Amino acid sequence: MTEPILSVRDLVVKFSLRGQILTAIRGASLDLYPAETVAIVGESGSGKSVFTKTWLGMLDANGWVDSGSILLEGKDLARYRTEREWLTIRGKKIAMVFQDPMTALNPLRTVGMQIQEVLELHHGMRGEEAKARTIEILGEVGIDMPEARYDQYPHEFSGGMRQRVVIAIAVACNPKILICDEPTTALDVTIQAQILELIRSLQKKLGVTLVYITHDLGVVANVADRVAVMYAGEIIEYGTVEEIFYDPRHPYTWALLSSLPQLGVKGQPLYSIAGTPPNLFTEINGDAFAPRNPKALKIDYVKRPPFFQVSPAHSAKTWLLDPRAPKVEPPETIKALQAKYEGYAQ
Amino acid sequence: MTNTEREVIIELKNLTVEFKGKGRKPFKAVDDVSFRIYKGETFGLVGETGSGKTTIGRAIVRINPLAGGEILFKGRRISGVIPKELDREVTRKIQMIFQDPMASLNERAKVDYIVSEGLYNIGGFKDEQDRVAKVSRALLEVGLLPEFASRFPHEFSGGQRQRIGIARALIMEPEFIVCDEPISSLDVSIRAQVLNLMSDLQKTKGLTYLFISHDLSVVRFIADRVGVIYKGKLVELAETEELFEHPYHPYTRALLSAIPIPDPRLEKKKKVLVYDPSCHDYSQDKPRWVEITPGHFVLANEAEIRQYQAMAG
Ligand SMILES: Nc1ncnc2c1ncn2[C@@H]1O[C@H](COP(=O)(O)OP(=O)(O)OP(=O)(O)O)[C@@H](O)[C@H]1O
Ligand SMILES: Nc1ncnc2c1ncn2[C@@H]1O[C@H](COP(=O)(O)OP(=O)(O)OP(=O)(O)O)[C@@H](O)[C@H]1O
Ligand SMILES: [Mg+2]
Ligand SMILES: [Mg+2]
Repeated sequence: MTEPILSVRDLVVKFSLRGQILTAIRGASLDLYPAETVAIVGESGSGKSVFTKTWLGMLDANGWVDSGSILLEGKDLARYRTEREWLTIRGKKIAMVFQDPMTALNPLRTVGMQIQEVLELHHGMRGEEAKARTIEILGEVGIDMPEARYDQYPHEFSGGMRQRVVIAIAVACNPKILICDEPTTALDVTIQAQILELIRSLQKKLGVTLVYITHDLGVVANVADRVAVMYAGEIIEYGTVEEIFYDPRHPYTWALLSSLPQLGVKGQPLYSIAGTPPNLFTEINGDAFAPRNPKALKIDYVKRPPFFQVSPAHSAKTWLLDPRAPKVEPPETIKALQAKYEGYAQ
Repeated sequence: MTNTEREVIIELKNLTVEFKGKGRKPFKAVDDVSFRIYKGETFGLVGETGSGKTTIGRAIVRINPLAGGEILFKGRRISGVIPKELDREVTRKIQMIFQDPMASLNERAKVDYIVSEGLYNIGGFKDEQDRVAKVSRALLEVGLLPEFASRFPHEFSGGQRQRIGIARALIMEPEFIVCDEPISSLDVSIRAQVLNLMSDLQKTKGLTYLFISHDLSVVRFIADRVGVIYKGKLVELAETEELFEHPYHPYTRALLSAIPIPDPRLEKKKKVLVYDPSCHDYSQDKPRWVEITPGHFVLANEAEIRQYQAMAG
């Protein structure tokens, strides 16, 4: 396999909150390869945003990287402290698009100026040249009549168009890695489909590595080459999109997929995950999902599982994959997925 | 059971709701919409943002006044000026659950007050003991502990807050509930819990729901029939599976084609259709609301009706 472009190892991120310490990221590891799309999925509060924000030095002031490393082009970003250091990364090497495009845009400045500014700052373009390129970019992200739109303000754009502008700004500097944090959650399905199409085509054209955060598994199936599943601040399983959707191995991934309404039977209760996510203020022993896993093993409560390899691309942090573990069958819904996949293969 | 034999609980007749527009002309947020909701069913209402879904829901709970048409509850008109007695009855029997459990709950009131609010408004309890008993029962029904009554909304998770919103509706002993995006702001794992709770309550209490959502996968799972609305006009209505399997209106087809499928093989080769309203030529041949196959209605003109009938075979 090629060398990773970004390599995160055993990352621990903590926040100080009213005198207490919260551990949001508990030893997460992930490699990103050139020009691939990785989706990060997991429930609310599992750490998807915090994990990726650390790569651009965008943690809130009460948070810090406690240990671990973030290697990008031979440099360890986990050791970066100053804004000056981060400015060499942010926007240039790694760019981020957030859920709400309004927060990313300045309501008092025209859309054109906001893109042009980035070009002037990072590419040293000036005047007419920068303006021409800005209009070209607006056209590239699918905005009709870009010349007329250049002089408009964000509130004159629809939600979908604003998100296109934010994406335009993010890719204006040709970053190596583009992180999209729930960029379509606030949009209608039809607009969402268009934005996904845009992101995919830009990704192909620019060869950028795309990290896509969402809890919509349908969107994951659309964009992802690989999927990383997050639970309680850890990546607990990763693999190709097909390995995760058709042959998941971690009980949390089983539960996540099983609760999809598409897999439910009408008139019968949907599968739902019992209990609540763990308290991140206290130390978690063993497998963090164990208390919510009806089939948890004894060891799950005692010792944190390491990654076990399922295939060259697929690994999961669950004791079920230990050769000594008893055989635990996945739920029926998951078996049905496996069967469906075997059907495709034939 | 054929639809003519079923009890109609809510009927909208040519419902029109207007808001002040930018110019002098009022803006029609809901434009001549008619449909019936039968007792015990879940009626799904889908459409893009701004299409008028919430406005219809708010018209039914009588927050939005009508510019035209009428709303019937069990055959009696409840829109406009109505007798006091009937007003009291529908205030109780028709409830609404809102999208954002955080914004819809009064943050400074305790759960006890939030859940009882509707009862206070209609004097719906004998004495303090009766009220407390009703609050406890409503909380238990949605899977919360009666002790939670003394807490504030911010001390609860999103799923628990949405349960408080449901308890607040249930305490009124409603027959019909408008559910406006009740699970959209919830996390995937909590969505299933709230959906299951709503189904259970429907079964045990014989409730009828108007379920507003733009998550079409959820609507497909929960709704018996679905109406599709585009820019204030109802464009198609059918039983859920019928609509998903045989959509006629080009807007419905575009909408359904865009739903993300959580299956990489299918999703990656999916074709998304784009709806272009100019595909209809309504200059001469005007559209009307017609039944193409039993129970499957669509807004179409004569030329389109022939086309859809041919598709139906
Ligand atoms: N500034 C902060 N101070 C304290 N805790 C924080 C802060 N920011 C995030 N957290 C906590 O870190 C954990 C991870 O949060 P994060 O925002 O990464 O979750 P997420 O997976 O992105 O969730 P969502 O799907 O809701 O966006 C949560 O428990 C959150 O409450
Ligand atoms: N109180 C109001 N005053 C003026 N216009 C309004 C008002 N309420 C709604 N509208 C407008 O009426 C139209 C329909 O709005 P409505 O909230 O019913 O849409 P919706 O289908 O519920 O959309 P969403 O999916 O975004 O919730 C929109 O154009 C909206 O801006
Ligand atoms: Mg997040
Ligand atoms: Mg609405």
